[in-house]
Order: sequence, then C-alpha cells, then structure tokens
Amino acid sequence: MTSTATDPHPSDDDLTGGDLKRRLARALRRQKIRALLLIAPLLLFILLGFIAPIGSMLFRSVENNIVGDIMPNTVAALQSWDVDSTELPPEAVFRAVVQDVQVAAQERTAMQLARRMNFEVPGFTTLMRRTQRAVRGWNVETDGPFRDQLIAANHDWGDLHTWRALKAYSTEYTAGYYLAAVDHTMVSGHVEALPDNQSIHMMLFWRTAWMSALICFMTLLLGYPVAFLLANVKERYANLLLIMVLLPFWTSLLVRTSSWKVLLQEQGVINDFLVWLGLVADDSRLSMINNKFGVIVAMTHILLPFMVLPLYSVMKTVPPSYVRAAKSLGANDWTAFWRVYFPQSVPGIGAGAILVFIMAVGYYITPELVGGPSGMFISNRIAHQWYVSGNWGLVGALGTILLVAVLVLYWVYDRVVGIDNVKLG
Amino acid sequence: MALPSYASPLQRVWYYAFRVICGLVFFYLMFPILVIIPLSFNAQDFFTFTPEMLSLDPDGFSLKHYIDFFTNPDWQMATRNSLTIAPMATLLSVSLGTLAAIGLSQSHVPFKRIIMAVLISPMIVPLIISAAGMYFFFSAIGLQGTYWGVVLAHAILGIPFVIITVTATLVGFDRSLTRASASMGAGPVRTFMKVQLPLILPGVISGALFAFITSFDEVVVVIFVGSAAQQTLPWQMFIGLREQISPTILAVATLMVGLSILLLATLEILRRRNERLRGMSPG
Repeated sequence: MTSTATDPHPSDDDLTGGDLKRRLARALRRQKIRALLLIAPLLLFILLGFIAPIGSMLFRSVENNIVGDIMPNTVAALQSWDVDSTELPPEAVFRAVVQDVQVAAQERTAMQLARRMNFEVPGFTTLMRRTQRAVRGWNVETDGPFRDQLIAANHDWGDLHTWRALKAYSTEYTAGYYLAAVDHTMVSGHVEALPDNQSIHMMLFWRTAWMSALICFMTLLLGYPVAFLLANVKERYANLLLIMVLLPFWTSLLVRTSSWKVLLQEQGVINDFLVWLGLVADDSRLSMINNKFGVIVAMTHILLPFMVLPLYSVMKTVPPSYVRAAKSLGANDWTAFWRVYFPQSVPGIGAGAILVFIMAVGYYITPELVGGPSGMFISNRIAHQWYVSGNWGLVGALGTILLVAVLVLYWVYDRVVGIDNVKLG
Repeated sequence: MALPSYASPLQRVWYYAFRVICGLVFFYLMFPILVIIPLSFNAQDFFTFTPEMLSLDPDGFSLKHYIDFFTNPDWQMATRNSLTIAPMATLLSVSLGTLAAIGLSQSHVPFKRIIMAVLISPMIVPLIISAAGMYFFFSAIGLQGTYWGVVLAHAILGIPFVIITVTATLVGFDRSLTRASASMGAGPVRTFMKVQLPLILPGVISGALFAFITSFDEVVVVIFVGSAAQQTLPWQMFIGLREQISPTILAVATLMVGLSILLLATLEILRRRNERLRGMSPG
C-alpha cells in the first residue's frame, strides 16, 4: 500500500521536474546564444578593427628582425664576438659584412637597415651609404682581407662602438625601444642611461602626469561649487544653468581650443583688455600661450563639464534632510557640510577625477595648438616620433607605456564607478 | 537653498559670495565660446576687437570671413567631407551599437563585464594610440586614405557612446512589454520594430548625436587614417590654427557653435520626452 502510494509520486516528480529543469536550461542557453548573436557583429568589428590593430601596433615595440634579416651572415659571425672585448671582431665578421651589404645593395634593403640603426647610432646612414658604394666591385672570394679596406671606406668600422651597437640590436626581439622610451640605451651592449641632454621621455611622462593631475584638481576646484549650486537650486533654474555646462560640452574641441588661442595670444582679447585697464604696459604684454599656463587654462575649460556632470548626478541623490538634521543637532554650516554633505559627494569626486585624468593624460590637440615646446604632452612626442622620425618601434613602446597607465586607471574607474554606470549629458 | 531670514551677516556674505564664485565659473565656461561670435564679424583680419567694433561702428563689422568660408574651395571640400563621413559613421555605429546594447541588456550574458570593457575601450584609449594602430591596420587592408577607411574608424570611435546611452535607456525598459507582444504572436523582428524601438528611440537618437559629434569633431584619427582627399572641417581648422592662422576659422567656429546649440536643443527635447514616457510607463 505504502509502496503503491509513494512509488508513482517520486517518479512523476522526477519526470516533470527533470524535464522542466532541462527545458529551462535549454531556454536559458537559447537566450544566451541570442544575446551573444546580437553582440557578436559589433564585438567582432571592435576586435578586428580596433583591439587587433592596436595590439599589432604595440607589438612593433619589441619586434626587431630588420638587422637579422638584412645582415644574416654578420649577425651569425658576431655571435662569437664578445661585446666587452677591446679588439675589433675577426676578419670573418668583416667578410660577412661585405657579403651582406652586397646582397642588401642589390635588393635595395641596405637603407632600411641604415634607418633602423640610425635611431640608435646617429651616423649609421652615412656609414651604410659609403660601405654600399665601396663594396660594389669587390669579390668576396678573392679580394680579401676586408678589414682594412672596410675601415678605409669608413672609419666607423674601426670603431668598437659600431660593432657593439650592431650586436646589441641584432636580436629578433628587442627591449631597445622600451629602453629608449625611458631614456636608456644599450648601444654599448649594456643598458645605460642616456645623457641628460637627450633624456626627454621620462620628463614628458612626468609632465603629462603632473599637469593632468593639476588640471584634474582645477576642474574639481571650479566644478564642485557649480555642481553644488546645480544640485541645490530649484529644478527650473538648475536646468537653465545646466545648459551653460552642456553647451561647452557639446561644442567642438577645435572651436574651444581656437577661441583660447584667440583670447590668450599677445595681441589677443585678454591682453588688450589688461592693457586698456592699465594693468599691463603695452610693451610688456603677458605671454599666456605656447606655454604650460595656456595648456592648463584651456584644458581645465575643456574638461570642466566632465567633472561637473558626474558630481552633479551624485549630489542630486544626497538627501537635503541629512544636512538639516546635522544643523538641528548643533553643527554649524561648515561642520554640516564637511562632515555630512561632503562625504556623500565623494563618489562623484572619484568618478569625475578619474574621468578627467584619463582624458587629460591622452590629450594631443590642445597641447599641440596652445602648448608650444614647454607645454608638450607625451602624445605630442608620440606624434612627433611618428611624423618626423618614423620610429614606429619607439611609437609602439611609448604608446604601450601610456596605454598601460590609462588601462590601470580605467580598471580603477570600473571598480569605483562601474563602466555601465557612465552617464553622458 | 534660499537664505533664511534668521541668517547671520557672515552667512549672508557667504551666500552671495558663493553665487559670485559660481557666476565666475559659469563666465569662464561660456565666455570663450561666446566671444568668438562677435569676433567672427570683424572687418579686419585681426583676432581681437578693433576700436570700430568697440564703438559699434557698422564699418567695423563685415561678413567677409563667412564669404571666404562659403567660397574658398578648401573649406567647401572640408565641409562636404565632414557632412558625408559623419552621417555614414553614425549610421554604422548606431545600427551595430543598438543591437549589441539590446544583447547586453539581456539577463544572462556570459562575460558581460569583459565584453562591455572591450566595447567601451575606443573611448578610453588615447586617440594618438588608436590613430597609429588603425593607420597600420587600414594600410594593410588597403583602406588607408579612403572614404570607407575614415568612416569605419569613426564608427569605431562612436560606438562606446551609443552603447552607453542605449543601455542606459534599456535599464528602464519594461520587459513584460516584449513578452506581451510575443504572446500576441509577433515575431522578434516585429516586436523590436513596433514595441521596443519606439520606446528606446530617445536613447538611440542621443547615442546617434554623440556618435555624430564624435566623428564630426574628430581630428587625430582622420589625419592618420585619411588622406588629403578626406580632409574634414576640424582637420582644416587644425591646420589653419597651426600654420597660417586665418580669421575664417572664427566664422567656422561660430557656425559650429550654432550646430552644437542645435544638438543640445534636440537632446533636451528628447530628455523631456523620455521623462514623460517614463512617467507614464508602469514601474
């Protein structure tokens, strides 16, 4: 009796329950697949068109196959030569150079090599050009020994420095670009700091960091009162005042930068006004542009809305009754603000500050137009390396360092604010 | 935050001082944008107010910089390029971005955090790095220096904004509406077109405006990925500011301020509509 009463029950439960679970799992899986299918086109687009290109660009910072590809014999022959040796490499190496340069001259790759080595050893282009010309008629089998002939063609071949650099930069992957990005070199075969007059990157990284921090602080200083006002006046007024924050936000970066250029220059509106007031003599107008001051003023203006908007959205949620409660318990205005209101606005400060800092660190246009040499950021140096020197490995190395810094901040931002909580406008 | 009648003199002073401080900050925000408008009507090739302008003499003002803008072939080509590149880039980022945002707003998406981080990354990565990376990639596939290369690059830059605005709108979306539509026999496409899209449209449009302005305003990437034939307005302005600074830039800047006022007004109308719709929808 008991068995017949209980027997169908569990089996029934098992059947429908198990079936239900399975069906639920299937429905869930289908839902997941559908969601992923909706995301897939865009994800692929971004991965292929953005992430992969940046990855491959950054990979150039370690890639170094030019020397090995163009001078394979020389690199192989140099293997047994010690960089610390005080003697020139043996005849076999000179012979290999002649062989390699003859092939390179024929395949027109010699100047590629020269350009690559010239980033590390100025003068390598001349060396290569002369050598190329000299070895043209030589016969590798019969015209040796080549040591003295090569040195006669260009005395740099008789310099240990040339050989050390060639050996140091002959590996397939190199840390050389990263060393250059932090003002170091290994032309002597050992890592050493560049002389001060050639050290520019660390100074630029440092300048980018402290100026971004200062700009960030300035936006906070100016943005906090404005956000506070916006959050505490009647909504009608708040909407009106908000327009004054949003209009700059929506105005083209180029427009704002050009108006600062117009305002700040020596014959510009601000200087004219100061001269008219008699505060500044006509012949000693203030130079407010093409220096750090111009960059700070313009970038603070440009990034201010990015501080005000997150601050405002957090301050709107702070209940006014808390401050009233604090005051009714005897706190004065300052204590009520500092101990009760301010702590509740800290998430807004965090969000705004990280956002502004992330944006400032990567700025290029504004420092380029109003910065001059003393207001240059690291992005401007990267662009310069790109256009003027064509040193793509160094572009990759500088870019990687900058990108890592930004990604760390992005990660912190994600922790603090959450990327899905980013609000715009 | 009105001043209570029992406020002490110090509180009174601070109350007005605070408003003055805020006023100065608002002045700092608005002045650089407003000052270029009168300057763009300067009859001289100066970047400052001439005595004639200050005395409101009509001879001090002219439309010559605007005439230059509308007749100079360089500026005309730049305008044409900007107006053909930006809408296409917007179309691409909005269509792909909206689909992805809908996918991301489903309840069970694996690796949601990572996917989101990847999709937002074009907004975070410094432009110079994006530009250099895309240059190599677009050269490799033969799109460097072409219209489509610039469009694709700008579409990528606009996508994070679409994702952010559309997902924000979808947070308040009532899911039972799509279920109701499905239970009445509508397919997923019909449900999307007839029920979901009209409701999230404000978010989609504001995402589109962001994507548009991102492309319309972008200089660094277009310089790297584009060639002289794709010279856009901001690019032309950038060159103008760096090399031969010409007052025509002020006329262009004024027109662009007009455009941003237009965009801002559109967004404000959308926001109001959205709030009204939210107010009516249950929950």
